[in-house]
Amino acid sequence: MSSITSSQLTQELQTAVPRRILLDSAEAMRPFECDGLSVYRQLPMLVALPEDIGQVRQILQTCYRLGVPVVTRGAGTGLSGGALPLEQGLLLVLTKLNRILDIDLQNRTARLQPGVRNLAISEAVAPHGLYYAPDPSSQIACSIGGNVAENSGGVHCLKYGLTVHNVLEVKMLTIQGEELVLGGESLDAPGYDLLALVNGSEGMLGVITEILVRLLPVPETAQVVLAGFASVERAAASVGAIISAGIIPAGLEMMDRLSVEAVEAFNSPGYPPDAEAVLLCELDGGEAEVAEQMAAVQAILAHHEATSVAVSANEAERLRLWQGRKNAFPAVGRIRPDYYCMDGTIPRRRLPEVLADIREASQRYGLAVANVFHAGDGNLHPLILYDANQEGELDLAEKLGAEILSLCIAAGGTVTGEHGVGMEKIDSMCEQFAAAELEQFHALKNAFDPDGLLNPGKAVPTLHRCAELGAMHVHGGNLPFPDLPRF
Amino acid sequence: MDKQDFLVEKVNLAIAGGSTLAIQGGNSKEFYGYPARGEPLDASGHRGIVEYDPGELVITCRAGSLLSEVRETLEENGQHFPFEPPGFGASATIGGTVACGFSGPRRPWSGSLRDYLLGVKLVNGSGAVVQFGGQVMKNVAGYDVSRLMAGSMGTLGLLLEVSFKVLPRPARELTLEFECDQAEAIRQVNRWAGQPLPLSGASWWQGQLRVRLSGAETEIESAARRMQAGQVNESQSSWVDLREQRSAFFDRPGKLWRLSLPPATEPVELDGDCLVDWGGAQRWCFTDEPTDRIRSIAAGANGHATLFKGESDDERFHPLPPALRDMQQKIKKAMDPHGVFDMHRMSRTG
Repeated sequence: MSSITSSQLTQELQTAVPRRILLDSAEAMRPFECDGLSVYRQLPMLVALPEDIGQVRQILQTCYRLGVPVVTRGAGTGLSGGALPLEQGLLLVLTKLNRILDIDLQNRTARLQPGVRNLAISEAVAPHGLYYAPDPSSQIACSIGGNVAENSGGVHCLKYGLTVHNVLEVKMLTIQGEELVLGGESLDAPGYDLLALVNGSEGMLGVITEILVRLLPVPETAQVVLAGFASVERAAASVGAIISAGIIPAGLEMMDRLSVEAVEAFNSPGYPPDAEAVLLCELDGGEAEVAEQMAAVQAILAHHEATSVAVSANEAERLRLWQGRKNAFPAVGRIRPDYYCMDGTIPRRRLPEVLADIREASQRYGLAVANVFHAGDGNLHPLILYDANQEGELDLAEKLGAEILSLCIAAGGTVTGEHGVGMEKIDSMCEQFAAAELEQFHALKNAFDPDGLLNPGKAVPTLHRCAELGAMHVHGGNLPFPDLPRF
Repeated sequence: MDKQDFLVEKVNLAIAGGSTLAIQGGNSKEFYGYPARGEPLDASGHRGIVEYDPGELVITCRAGSLLSEVRETLEENGQHFPFEPPGFGASATIGGTVACGFSGPRRPWSGSLRDYLLGVKLVNGSGAVVQFGGQVMKNVAGYDVSRLMAGSMGTLGLLLEVSFKVLPRPARELTLEFECDQAEAIRQVNRWAGQPLPLSGASWWQGQLRVRLSGAETEIESAARRMQAGQVNESQSSWVDLREQRSAFFDRPGKLWRLSLPPATEPVELDGDCLVDWGGAQRWCFTDEPTDRIRSIAAGANGHATLFKGESDDERFHPLPPALRDMQQKIKKAMDPHGVFDMHRMSRTG
């Protein structure tokens, strides 16, 4: 890695780009020291805020020539430390590239710069009865470039897919400053599907400069049902039953008792206070279809002994019922000063046992865990509650988090469903993947970025790191020494 | 039948001997791309469903499994592959289906084959058995190698197992028929596609637009009323015939071109006969016009053109821009450093 100083880099860069887009003082760079995972903080050597693609290219070419690592950042809402700066690197912030370049109503697409906010897309096309489907919970702030980099999901991805399913084309610059156009305006493109590879690649392969997304017609109607259950198991069983009945809800979310208590204390959305778990099931489509499916869902909920059932009669009620779920994170945040949000995904049928294991681990560590999750696709978001000011609690929370991820891997799942690996889950990757698989990832990375200058140290651990960690390679759910109890 | 050990050994022997393997499934899509070069490796014996729990909406099968058999299993459980992969013959395997990456008439509304791929297990060009993705709906750990395999025509690795997301079959489907010319058909379908209608297919040929609706009984009946069809047809077989290219349009010799275009693109001006599918996003044309002209028409509309079937000495696949071609070669090298998997199937220059 290069040993260039901040002032040398500034000097080199300002021959190519305006000085005003470069920030080098600690005060100016402070807001960029972390992303949404604020336990990791690091000031970069330099921050660049390019105002056009030409400047991005100049910055990349300069950094490539000098061997300076580049970390790309969008809105900085990521939850895995993927945009954590490097002390010896440049932080490339793309928020100023925030123009909607084109809306094509005939072909139902929008062409966007990477800094366009997720929600701004749907707002811009709403007058035409269209919207952009993926809706990560941070959609008011997060940017589409970051969504592609993380392959973001959201409440509605059960029915409408992840970012990868809704992006038609990506333009990106390699670290050498060369443009690649992946995908296109048609539904497929010749050659290998590099567009798939770039979705969720966490800024490791290139810098995304333009995105073409597909737009969908806004459904005629949406209705939500909220059901309380006396046990998490019964709520989980009704999730499976709804899907087995051939119904794909637009959203299917679950919260456990601790989260329900937290949201009731926060903004009283009227959730059943005595329930061990609540389920929110949203159906959308035509009036007739939604009515038909809602009747079927209510029958399933009754069959699974729901203790309370409330169906939204109008849009205001629908939004009210969602309020609790949407505010779950900040509400849980009031119970203790800090929380640590996990993101494992498991096969749906394993929900009850994995939740029981999480409960057991939570008791053993003496740290409460609130569960808020996308039950329909098995994506868990256990929130580990801790107090960073209490000596050792953060460390304990991280250990508990890693254990929860191990549980997910052992259940045949993954360490990250939608937040990405970033810096946070880099060690858990050693557990999920064998050496040959990690080597394959590195070979692919090398094809795009031979000098390893883009976001080094994130997303895919080196074999060396894994060896030092001595992580177990768990494969196909087969733990070494399966008879040993694991906690 | 588990032939994994046999297949892994074959790959490792080929690496050691410096030879090239041409992976074969059911050979049902042999007509597509360039002729294989190298020692044939029959992978169709590695078959069987490894795991299928309908409640999970996930099926995992060995790559040599027959597409028809997997389809049947899904149907028995009221589910299906929403992307409607064509088999082009009874011998089509799941591995070949992924390798070619084709999707049928439902594709614009359901998503494509690659959209439903959740995970793969494969032998890479270093002879290692590796697994990517998995059996869960959401997974962003590591690069998405699974989807990279879709359409890579056996050039990047030997597929062993594949996991797909599957969905419930629609409760009811029907087909609406309209008389109109091609330009009007394309405009009308794209107007409908911008509205919340339960569309699941839209094709046009020789003055007839056919639109399929799928969903709840009540829903598609109300949509059909709004769309004011001339004729309503309950039969599903015409969509299977279109998917498998068995309908009257396809029943002729000659060069069949596939133009993949933005859906609202005006009718293409080519001498010959064209069928519009995918609501305008896929145009099938029998034409003897020069390759360059077809390519420039497709590229001019921001799409691309493939010679799907028929004899020709020209490039069959749409050429890539130089930067992308270089990157593809690097990807090939990353997956298959010794060149053990035949590249010629996908690239004339091998």
